[in-house]
Amino acid sequence: MSSAAGFVAGVKAARTSVFTYVIIGTYISIGALGHDYGFSALWVALSTLLVWAGPAQVILITLLGSGAAPLEVALAVGLSAMRLLPMVVALLPLLKRPDSRVRSLLLPAHFIAASMWMEALRLAPRVPREGRIGLVNGIGTCFISVAVLSGFAGFYLAERLPVLFVAALLFLTPISFLVSAIRNARLLADRLALAIGLVVAPMLTIYGINLDLLWTGLIGGSAAYAIHRLREAMQ
Amino acid sequence: MTLVQELWPYVLLMLVGFLPNEVWRMLGVLASRGVEEDSELIVWVRSVATAILAGVVIKIVIFAPGALASVPLAARLGAMGLGVVAYLGFRGSVFAGVATGCTALVVGALLLG
Repeated sequence: MSSAAGFVAGVKAARTSVFTYVIIGTYISIGALGHDYGFSALWVALSTLLVWAGPAQVILITLLGSGAAPLEVALAVGLSAMRLLPMVVALLPLLKRPDSRVRSLLLPAHFIAASMWMEALRLAPRVPREGRIGLVNGIGTCFISVAVLSGFAGFYLAERLPVLFVAALLFLTPISFLVSAIRNARLLADRLALAIGLVVAPMLTIYGINLDLLWTGLIGGSAAYAIHRLREAMQ
Repeated sequence: MTLVQELWPYVLLMLVGFLPNEVWRMLGVLASRGVEEDSELIVWVRSVATAILAGVVIKIVIFAPGALASVPLAARLGAMGLGVVAYLGFRGSVFAGVATGCTALVVGALLLG
């Protein structure tokens, strides 16, 4: 399979992916948020192209829009984006070949966000290795284009959207992440990580622990992995 | 308005939006060098990423942003639970899970709000 054929397969996968609809809803709400905080439509579109991570964009818009210090905004965005590192490390080895250049991995890495990561993890193993980078670029290009267009729609509709409708759009992110993560959880380690993360994160937040998501990942992920190894050893 | 004032939001977008976000992806590219697809390290790293994702999910539901905060907590948690039940009930249809969750949220907000 060629890289171009992989790209076409990615576009087709994106067309039928539930995340295309989730992204439409989510980015309508982000576009509306950008409008309400006084940014231009072009700025919102650029933030989608360059940042391409829903939670980070919400932080960026609400903090910058309410006049927070730039350093404080950079810290908050950087902390929320930390989760991208393990996602990239877990996905890239599925994509690259021994002769793959680092340069060819930069665009797939940029496309990695929770939605795209879960679709790519699920679909890449079904495609021959030569087509996988193309596949991921195809999915990413579709998702990001849909996000930019939906952001424009949300920006211009902002004043006409009912609050409860926007609430439902904001709910798309957690519910779709959760259900897809359950679908992707093949190993015991994945399932346990999901369950432990759901319990540990709010506890750390309530007790006011700094870097709560980082600790959730390290504690929840390591505990889940340890139990998974223990069970394998006993079998 | 001067040119500098007009461009300032875009400079901020690059400096405090793009850079602190993208640096983690690029570090990921570096860290993934030499890691094999079927290695144990990947299973652990994926577990860490999955736990963080679960944390992001539950934090949005409990400590809701913007308009979502106007929906009562019980409705948010109930909608999350119903979404998962629908996903499992419809033999793994993500669409059924997401649609049921969002519908339940709206119905819950109208009943409890």
